[in-house]
Amino acid sequence: MRLLLFLLGWGVKAAVVLLAIVVLNFCLVRLAPGDVATVLAGESGAADPDFLARTRADFGLDRPLPAQLLTYVGNVLSLDLGVSYRTRRPVAEMVLERMPATLLLTGAAFVFALLVGPALGVLASIRARRPADTLITVAALVFYAMPIFWVGLLFILFFSVTLGWLPPFGMRSMFPPSGDLARVLDIARHLVLPALTLGLFYVAIYARLTRGAMLETASLDFVKTARAKGLPEWRVVTAHILRNAMLPIITFAGLQAGHLVGGAIVAETVFAWPGIGRLAFDALLQRDYNLLLAVFLASAVAVVLFNFATDLLLRLADPRIGAMSR
Amino acid sequence: MSFWQSFARNRGGVVGLAVLVLVVLLAVTAPFLFPFDPWDTRGAPLQAPGGAFALGSDMLGRDVLAGVFHGARVSLFIGVLSTVIAVAIGVVVGALAGYFGGLVDELAMRFTEFFQTIPSFVLAVLLVAILTPGLASVVIAISVVTWPPVARLARSEFLALRHREFVEAAVLSGVSHVRIIFGEILPNALTPLVIMGSLMVATAILTESALSFLGLGDPNRISWGYMIGAARAVFRQAWWLSVFPGLAIFVTVLAINLVGEGLNDALNPHLRRRTGP
Repeated sequence: MRLLLFLLGWGVKAAVVLLAIVVLNFCLVRLAPGDVATVLAGESGAADPDFLARTRADFGLDRPLPAQLLTYVGNVLSLDLGVSYRTRRPVAEMVLERMPATLLLTGAAFVFALLVGPALGVLASIRARRPADTLITVAALVFYAMPIFWVGLLFILFFSVTLGWLPPFGMRSMFPPSGDLARVLDIARHLVLPALTLGLFYVAIYARLTRGAMLETASLDFVKTARAKGLPEWRVVTAHILRNAMLPIITFAGLQAGHLVGGAIVAETVFAWPGIGRLAFDALLQRDYNLLLAVFLASAVAVVLFNFATDLLLRLADPRIGAMSR
Repeated sequence: MSFWQSFARNRGGVVGLAVLVLVVLLAVTAPFLFPFDPWDTRGAPLQAPGGAFALGSDMLGRDVLAGVFHGARVSLFIGVLSTVIAVAIGVVVGALAGYFGGLVDELAMRFTEFFQTIPSFVLAVLLVAILTPGLASVVIAISVVTWPPVARLARSEFLALRHREFVEAAVLSGVSHVRIIFGEILPNALTPLVIMGSLMVATAILTESALSFLGLGDPNRISWGYMIGAARAVFRQAWWLSVFPGLAIFVTVLAINLVGEGLNDALNPHLRRRTGP
């Protein structure tokens, strides 16, 4: 029952967010210079006012704005996001076929960051003010200050060009090996550098956050009680301190999901990763607004998915959250 | 203990401040040390560093060092201006929410939450693309996507101060809402906002660099991100084209973060870092 309510609440929240984004999208289209009619006219070279008026009527652009908005929302709900100005293909189709690659990349980076970041933070906190702590703190500061695209380029220079260990771009080899396992391994090899690049920034954030939260929690009374009971130190750290320090980190990770998906645009551009970020970059070069807006909507969907995942994690980590009505 | 004394106790903060002063010097001296357009061809293309050009030249024979100097102007300008605007938006939204409470609070916070949920960088890219790339559109885009955390912080500060005696006294003596918000409460809530703002300048510079890396910078002004993006095609042959501007971004952002943390330690020792990135 409780789970059902949670899912229901989530569905409503996600629907509201996505609807708001659709409306925002509609407003952004209005802001863009020119409309479909001028684009088509420019391409066919026939820019007489008559043609423009007819095309606008065809696309319903001569109707009042609220009516247009309704049509637009209706179209989006039926997954009709319009056609790309360039390729004339439905943009929904173009985005959908790129979505798995982006989810793979951002998912891998997210998991990597959530596993490594807090682990480093814990290590730093139990070695507070000793060399290991200093090293981790400095490394976190450094990666927090480096632009993602620059880290990516340096990685390519070092791991691909100089050492020749990992492929510098793409998601598959030009001639993929045969066999399922070999193909998965091929993709995994291509995934390492982009996922590291995207993830390290968040590793830095989570390490800093975890260290702070751990040190703060460690000074609380119930930790002293646990120690006084004679619990072994590793139990105190994992079951008492970390368990409580994790909550703000997961909450924060959920908030950061939007940021992560945004970072994918940059990482995918650097590594020619065939996801929606790369698609956005191409759309950008060609000023293909329809496609850009579809990417925006798709990335918002990805964010909602990540938020859902972190909320679920949070409920697992803290049973009290499920008990309180949200 | 004076502010400077407590700031000076944080070694990172002092180092950061020194580096930041250097970056400001780069920006200020650029027109005098390199009194030419950094887009101009100055010599042979793709020369390695240490030759005719201290930091080498790019594929069109442009001086990388001149670009790094002139780029500092764009980065600092955009970083500071977009932060000021973002803080202004955030303070207004947060102040309304925290001061009036009730329905206003509910609406303002839903609005803020929405902007926090959407993929901010994608929205920034969209905004710049639609408003056509330029200094103004980049500043607008960055402020539009970075104000929400400020609004949350401002709201919590206003909530905490709303029912303090000096505010109630002002309300009773008939001072207008606007004057109470900006004249009575805001000055008392300024410290955490300033600290958050200082850290936001760093994020804004990172965002600007990513935007101009994607080719969304002002086409008339050279910037560090643009230099790296433009050199991508040749970066295997000419590492210096991406390494030096990248170092400039890295060092600047690091310095600002250190100063922000130093400020945090000096201004409110009781507060742990409550500013997110």
